[in-house]
Amino acid sequence: MNTSINELRKKNIQTLIKKFVSVKNNQAIEIQSVPILNYTDFYTTVVDIIKSNDTFHCVNYYAYPQKNNLQCIIAIADDETKNILLLSHIIENAKKKKLESITQSIEAMHIFEREIAENFGIYFENHPWLKPIRYPHNREDTSQNIYNYPFYEIEGSQLHQIGVGPIHAGVIEPGHFRFTCHGETVHHLEIQLGWQHRGIETLFLQKTKLFQRNTLAENIAGDTSIGHSVVFCSVIEALNGSPIPQKLELERTIAMELERIAMHTADLANLSIGIAYQLSASVYAALRTPIINFLQSWCGNRFGKSLIRANGTFHPFSLILAENILKLLHNYEKKFDQMSQKLFSLPSAILRLKGIGNVTKTQAQQIGAVGMVARSCGIIRDIRASHPSMAYVYNPYFTSITTTGDVFSRALLRRMEIKKSIRYIQSLIHLWKQNNETIPSPILDEQLSLKKEHIAFSLAEGWRGEIVHSAITDSTGKIIHYKIKDPSLHNWKALEIALRELEISDFPINNKSFNLSYCGNDL
Amino acid sequence: MIAELKLLKLQGKQYIPDITKATIPPPFKGKPIINKEPADKDLLESICPTNAIQKNPFSIDLGKCTFCGACAFYAPQKITFTNEHNMATNVRENLIITEGEENHILLNEALIRKEIRSLFGRSLKLRQICAAGDNSTELELNATENVNFDMGRFGINFVASPRHADGIVISGPLSVNMAEATQICYDAVPNPKIIILAGTDAISGGIFQESPALKREFIQKYSIDLYVPGNPPHPLTFINGILKLIRKKM
Ligand code: SF4
Repeated sequence: MNTSINELRKKNIQTLIKKFVSVKNNQAIEIQSVPILNYTDFYTTVVDIIKSNDTFHCVNYYAYPQKNNLQCIIAIADDETKNILLLSHIIENAKKKKLESITQSIEAMHIFEREIAENFGIYFENHPWLKPIRYPHNREDTSQNIYNYPFYEIEGSQLHQIGVGPIHAGVIEPGHFRFTCHGETVHHLEIQLGWQHRGIETLFLQKTKLFQRNTLAENIAGDTSIGHSVVFCSVIEALNGSPIPQKLELERTIAMELERIAMHTADLANLSIGIAYQLSASVYAALRTPIINFLQSWCGNRFGKSLIRANGTFHPFSLILAENILKLLHNYEKKFDQMSQKLFSLPSAILRLKGIGNVTKTQAQQIGAVGMVARSCGIIRDIRASHPSMAYVYNPYFTSITTTGDVFSRALLRRMEIKKSIRYIQSLIHLWKQNNETIPSPILDEQLSLKKEHIAFSLAEGWRGEIVHSAITDSTGKIIHYKIKDPSLHNWKALEIALRELEISDFPINNKSFNLSYCGNDL
Repeated sequence: MIAELKLLKLQGKQYIPDITKATIPPPFKGKPIINKEPADKDLLESICPTNAIQKNPFSIDLGKCTFCGACAFYAPQKITFTNEHNMATNVRENLIITEGEENHILLNEALIRKEIRSLFGRSLKLRQICAAGDNSTELELNATENVNFDMGRFGINFVASPRHADGIVISGPLSVNMAEATQICYDAVPNPKIIILAGTDAISGGIFQESPALKREFIQKYSIDLYVPGNPPHPLTFINGILKLIRKKM
């Protein structure tokens, strides 16, 4: 009995999958081969497939403008087959159109529909939270600006609101946090972003040179320079149809994991400041320094800017660097272990970290959480394992998760991931040493010829979570649409949820435990 | 307790004893040297992502340069990035390095307002404004206060309130959406006050030049006390720049 139901379900899923075109991560296909459905069909297909199994989640849904129409393209990751499923619908004469909102059925879609609504003035009916997400310069409704954001209001004589930002107390990026409180208790937190908007997606089309775009990618979020520039280069290489040497892939993967170690360590330092434990704050901060200084010894920049270029690099890895990093990681790990054993067994620290800022697995699934946030709630979601590229393809990465969804869970996951990244880098160096390929210099504009009328999606697991870039070319091979998704786009909602019914004084450590990107959201 | 002390001992001494003499090992890209060798200047001009390279006379504007190293990679005979990290100045033009010129980047002493040294020489509190910075400059500014660089030893600190500050440090290219907040914050700082621009994005807009989402009037409206180049600026560039601004002898 059970097997037949299962088989029926499988068959059902198979039929649904056939409505999409399936591609692999970093595969370019003709834009025409993306099926176009009418909106009703699109709606049910998308809802049915995402509801059918946890292994499906939407990695991007965006509108690409053509004359008066909008082609809305959805990319759904199918973790079981390691495929990306693409589908689209077209909104004709898109001005002021109304569409039924998919968010009613799948909450995780809320952010994508909000983005389309804000950019193009599409009204999604029955969307529960159709609010601006970044006030971009080219938004449809310029009568609204960032100072008249429609905050959610709760009325009550005992309630008060606290507004924080855009400029915060510390040296961090700007964002506005609006708390609705009863005494010390936060009933509702709403995060309003957009202050960092620099028009990056517009600039990707305005600045047509490869090095310009590469530099833009490095500056989407400076703490994820490597992550975003790797994904950018993958899109370009996919559209150019030029495979890169395995050795270069290994080097990029080493860089990705180093970025992860550096930022996770910085986060543990910041969390320590949050709980006023000076010792681990200093130790972790001091441990991060040699890692970023190593990146500097590799490419001249502590954040790895200028390291990643399409098809080649200015800064090939070397035997000396390999020996240095192995030695460095060895020393790092010794100190890291001693400090972490202390921190994670210190009763006063655990008391501060455990049981606060809870996000449940169900909530994380609902909001479409990705990366660290998903994994700290027990969801196995990791592009390195589910849609691998670079060295993750032939040197598998096994994902770790923690399950309690609180500040402690997020701290512990960082500790575990740092350890894993150290092991993983060691294995990469081993592979690198066996590889005799030569690393080319970066490709130049004249050598580049992008496939015409193609679309490509590239995904990678940055230290925060999945980074997705996508580009579309026209009949001359010119890029006419570029779309960027930083993992923080989804995960900001998790911070709002985590704060509910907490004391407002717990906000700083919660914020630090997520460490989301403002500029990654604002673009 | 014993365990904590052991951990502390394991750390050793972390601070850099003399900030003014500290060096950064290559391949750190600091001030470039451009010699008079011939090179394909058109290629170099077109390769530069931020229009930092000008042909006549051949020069690199460190206020626009992202230190990506592309120019030096394609014309190593002409352009070398040294590890000289002392690049901050109070004169915008001093950031333009012309071919054949090998001078240090200096501050123009005559242009430093008297009250800066008399009031801020031993204590300078700064309010940082991230105006669409990408978080790398912000991380480096935070690093200036860590156990290595320990900027606090000079009486220089970042503070939470503009009311407690003697000046502002702007990072990022100044987005339209941050324009008003930047102005409000600056206005809230009591007089006399200074303005420091940290990083290429703040100085010129960097790779974001010509973006329709920027509003940079603030920069044009006021005189800038210190330009700190870099993408992001290295903590040593930042700290030494400020020390040169606020202290006569070092
Ligand atoms: S290093 Fe500076 S001047 Fe040279 S190409 Fe890069 S941005 Fe331009």
